[in-house]
Amino acid sequence: MNQTLAASGTLASQSDRVGGLPAAIFLLLALVPFVAGFGPESYVLGLFTRVMVFAIAALALDFICGYGGLVSFGHAAFVGIGAYAVGILGAHGITDMLVSLPVALLASALFAYLTGNVCLRTKSVYFIMITLAFGQMAYFIAGSLAPYGGDDGLTIHLRSTLFGFSILKNDRTFYYFVLLTLLAVYLLFRAVVYSRFGRVFRGARENPTRMSALGFDVFRFQRVGYVIAGAVGGLSGFMLANATEFVSPAYMSWQRSGELIIMILLGGLGTLHGAIIGAAAYLLIEEALGGITEQWKLIFGPLLVLIVLFARGGLLGLADKVRGRLSRA
Amino acid sequence: MYKKLALVGAMIGLSATAAGAQEKLKVGLIATLSGPPAVLGQQLRNGFQLAVKNLGGKLGGRDVEVVVEDDELKPDVAVNKAKALVDRSKVDFVVGPIFSNMLIAIMKPVTDAGVILISPNAGTSNFAGKECNPNFFVTSYQNDQNHEVMGKYAQDAGMKKVFLMAPNYQAGKDAIAGFKRYFKGEIADEVFVPLGQLDYSAELTKIAAASPDAIFVFLPGGMGVNFVKQFRQAGLADKVKFLSAFTVDESTLPAQKEAAVGFFGGANWAPNLDNPQNKKFVADYEKEYNAVPATYAFQAYDAALLIDGALKLTKGNTSDKEALRAALMKANFTSLRGPFKFNTNHYPIQDFYQVKVAQRADGKFETQIDKKVFAGYSDPYAKDCPMK
Amino acid sequence: MSTGLVVVQILNGLQFGVLLFLIAAGLTLVFGVMDFINLAHGVQYMLGAYLAVAFYALTGNFLVALVLALAAALVFGLLLEFLVFRHLYDRDHLEQVIATFGIIIFLNQAVKTVWGAAPLTLPIPEIFSGSIVLMPGLLYPVWRLVIIGSGLAVGLLLYILVGYTRVGMLVRAGATNARMVSALGVDIHRLFMIVFGFGTMLAAFAGAMIAPILSVEPGMGDTVLILAFVVIVIGGIGSMRGAFLAALLIGLVDTLGRSFAIDILRLVMPPSPARTVGPAIASMLIYVLMALVLYFRPSGLFPARGRG
Repeated sequence: MNQTLAASGTLASQSDRVGGLPAAIFLLLALVPFVAGFGPESYVLGLFTRVMVFAIAALALDFICGYGGLVSFGHAAFVGIGAYAVGILGAHGITDMLVSLPVALLASALFAYLTGNVCLRTKSVYFIMITLAFGQMAYFIAGSLAPYGGDDGLTIHLRSTLFGFSILKNDRTFYYFVLLTLLAVYLLFRAVVYSRFGRVFRGARENPTRMSALGFDVFRFQRVGYVIAGAVGGLSGFMLANATEFVSPAYMSWQRSGELIIMILLGGLGTLHGAIIGAAAYLLIEEALGGITEQWKLIFGPLLVLIVLFARGGLLGLADKVRGRLSRA
Repeated sequence: MYKKLALVGAMIGLSATAAGAQEKLKVGLIATLSGPPAVLGQQLRNGFQLAVKNLGGKLGGRDVEVVVEDDELKPDVAVNKAKALVDRSKVDFVVGPIFSNMLIAIMKPVTDAGVILISPNAGTSNFAGKECNPNFFVTSYQNDQNHEVMGKYAQDAGMKKVFLMAPNYQAGKDAIAGFKRYFKGEIADEVFVPLGQLDYSAELTKIAAASPDAIFVFLPGGMGVNFVKQFRQAGLADKVKFLSAFTVDESTLPAQKEAAVGFFGGANWAPNLDNPQNKKFVADYEKEYNAVPATYAFQAYDAALLIDGALKLTKGNTSDKEALRAALMKANFTSLRGPFKFNTNHYPIQDFYQVKVAQRADGKFETQIDKKVFAGYSDPYAKDCPMK
Repeated sequence: MSTGLVVVQILNGLQFGVLLFLIAAGLTLVFGVMDFINLAHGVQYMLGAYLAVAFYALTGNFLVALVLALAAALVFGLLLEFLVFRHLYDRDHLEQVIATFGIIIFLNQAVKTVWGAAPLTLPIPEIFSGSIVLMPGLLYPVWRLVIIGSGLAVGLLLYILVGYTRVGMLVRAGATNARMVSALGVDIHRLFMIVFGFGTMLAAFAGAMIAPILSVEPGMGDTVLILAFVVIVIGGIGSMRGAFLAALLIGLVDTLGRSFAIDILRLVMPPSPARTVGPAIASMLIYVLMALVLYFRPSGLFPARGRG
C-alpha cells in the first residue's frame, strides 16, 4: 500500500549523478570565508560552520535512511554523545583532539552497536519508535549528569587542541577544518555506497529476503552500517561542541532528530549531496525567516508540508524536474 | 546552490545597510519568546521597550534601536542568536536572558566580543562568584536570594517542618540551597521534579503524607500554574502554608487566579511597592500592555534606566569600555525598587520582601508586599569574586 | 511508605493511564487502519484543550463547551484530513513524519498567535468540583475520578463499536487488508474519514477533560505525543486492547516510578546521588520498558492480526 521513495523512480536518476553538483557545492563552501570577509565575518562563518556540522550528521543519516531504509528517529543521540565527549574531557582539562576525537567516535560507535542490536531486530515504524526511545534515554542520562551541567549544559572553555596548539581557535581555520572533514565524510560514504558492502546494504532495504537467500547475513550488514552512521554522528557532535563552545542535553532531543530527518528529505533522500543541500537549506531558511518575523513558524510549518506533498525527491528532485522541463521547452 | 549564493548576498547587503546607521545606539534583547515560557520573554521585552518609549526613544541622549532575538530555550540557538546580535547587528549592549541555562550559553560569545551583557533576570551563582565577569551586570538578583528570603521568613515565623520542591536544574538546586541557608528546622523531604512536569499528583500525595507546616516550592511558569491549582484542589491549602519564589507572580497569576490567593512568595519587588516611579511604571505598563507587570518587566525597565544613566555619565560614548564599565558600576539611575547599588561582582544590593497574593479591586491579581525580610542585602558569592 | 500512599499513587497512575489511552486509541486506530503515522495527533489534543477554554469563555458552561469543542475539533480534523493527510496515505512513513511534523510546528505557533503564550486555565464544573477523602489529610479531586470513569467508559464504547458493530467490523477488516475491503465494494475513503474523525475527537476529548487540571499552553501536546507512541508500540499497532493495557501499564509505571524511584534507590546508594539519578531513571523507565518489550516481541504485545 505504501510506495517507498525508491519505487517512485526519482532515486535512480539521482544516485547516478556524480561529480558536477557535489563539486560545485564544495567549491561554494570553500569560497564562503572570502565572501564573509566583506560583511559580519564571525556571524557568517559561524552560520556556515553550523551548516556543515549538521551536514555531516545528515550525511550519516542519509546513508542509513536513504540507502539503507532504516529511519532512525534517534540520530541526534550520536551527535550529543560526540559533543559530550568533548565537554566531559574538557571539564577534566583534556582538550587534545588526539584524545577527544577517538573517544567521541568510539563512544558513539559503541552506543550504536549496543542499541543497534536491539533496534535492528524490529521493522518499519517499530524501528522508528525504538530508535526514538534510545534517543530519549541518552537525552535523560545527559540531563542527569549533574557534575557536567545537567539540564543546563556545560561551557567549553577551549576548543580542541593538537599537541597543545590551539589550532582551532581562529574561526577561519576552524571553518576549513570542518569543511575538510565534511569532504572526507562525503567521499567516505560515496565509496561505501558503491562498494560491495554498500550494495548489500542497499539491497537489504529493497528486498531483505532475497539478500538472505543469497547468503548474506542482513542483520550484521545493517549493524555495521548503523555503527558507521553512529560514529559519523559522533564526529558531527565533536564539531558541534567545538563550534558552539557549549554542550547540552538539548543536542540529543527528539526534535533535533526530527530536524535531521527533515534535512535529508528536504535535500533529496538517498543522494548524499542532497543531505548537505538539505542541511544548508533548512538552517538558512530558518535563519532568514526568523529575521523577517517572530511568527516565522507559521510559514515554516506549512512549507514543510508543501515540500512533502509536491516536491518529492526534495530540492534535488525539484531541480531535476525544472531541468527536465527546461530541456523540453 | 543558487539559493545559498542568494542568501549570502542578501546577508552581506543587510549588514552593509546596518553599517551605515552608526550613530544610533544598538541594544540587543535576547529572551525566550517561544514555547510555554514565552510570556516571560514578552514581559522582558515589554518592560525594556516601555522604558525606551518613556525616555523618548533615547538612551543617554542617543537614539536607540532595539533588536529582539528569541533564544527558543535552546542553548545552541541562543549562542547563534547572541553571535548574530554581536557580529551582525553590532549591538553595544545585550540585555537578557530569562533563563539561567541560556545565560551560561551566551556569556562567552557576548563578553568575549567585548560587549556588555546585562541580565534582567537570570543571576546564577557561578557568575556571582568565581566566574564573575567585568562585562556582566545584573539588574535582577542572585538566584539564591529570593529563596533565602523564604528560608529566613520560615525560620523567623517558627516553622518546624518544611517540604521542599524544585525542578531538577541548576536554578532549582540553587533555590533549595538558598532556602536551607536560613531555615534550620526539619526538612520533611526534598523533591526535584523534571523540568516542565505538569502533573503533581504523585508529589501532592507525598506532601500530604509528610504533613509539614509549610511547603517551599520554586516552580516557574506552567509548572507553577499547574501545581497551585492541583495543590488547592487536593485540599492542602488550608493545612499547609504555601511559601515560594517565582511560582505565584504576575506572569502566572492570570491563570492561577483565586487558587493562589493568600499564598506567599519571596521577591525584591511587588507592583504595590510604594514609591512614585514605581506607581507610574505599573500604571504605564498596564495601560500599554493590559497586564500586570511582573519582576521580569520591571527589571528590564531598570536595565534600560541603567544604560541610560551610564551613558549620561560617559556623554553617550560607548567605545571607551573601561569608562563605560565604571559608569555602569555607579548605577546612576533611580531604580523602580528604590535603593539600588552594585556589589563588587556587579550583582545588586537591594531590599527583599515577603509578598502575598491578593485580588485587586479591579479583579486582577497581583503580589503585594507584606513584610521586609532583608534590607540592603548582598549575595553570599560576592566574596569569591576576584573583582574588587 | 504507607499502604495509603501506595493506593493513592496507583489511582494517580490509573488516571494518567486512562488519559494516555484516550490519546493512544485514536492514534492506534489511524495507524492500524490507514498505516498513517500522525505526529499531529498531539496538537489535536492541544487544540481540544484550547477550544474547550475558548467555548467556556463564551458560554460559561463546561458541558456545552465540551460538546462544542469536540464538534469544532472534528471539523478541523476532517479539514486537515481532506487538505493534507488524504494525499499522504500512499506515501512513505518518513514523508508522513515530516508532513505531520510541519503541522505540529504550524499549530503550536498558531495557538500562540491566537491565544497568546501565557498558560490558560479552565475551572472544574461545579458538581464535580468537590473532593473525597481518600486518606487522612489527602482529598482526591472528584474530577480526576471523572476522568478515570470517562476513560473507561470510552474504552468500553470502543470495545463494543469495534467488536460488535458493522462499522467496527469494517474497521477491523480495513486494518487487516484495506485493498481487499475496497475491492469488496466498501467506500474505503469514507471509512478512513470516519476512523480519522473519531480518532481526532478522542484526542480532543482528552485535551478538554484534562484542561481543568493541567494548564493549557502551546506545546502541551508534544510530550504526550511521544508517550502515546510508546503506548501504541508496546500495545501493538492497530490493537485497541493493546493500547488500553499498555496505556494503563505506562501510566502506572511512570507514576509509581516517579514516586518511589528515589526511595528504592536510597536503599542502595546515599541520598544525594539518589536524588539526582532517581528522576532521570524514572523518566527513562518507560523507554527501557519499551525497549524490553520490543526485544522480546518486536511487534508489540498484541499486534493486530494480519499485520506482518
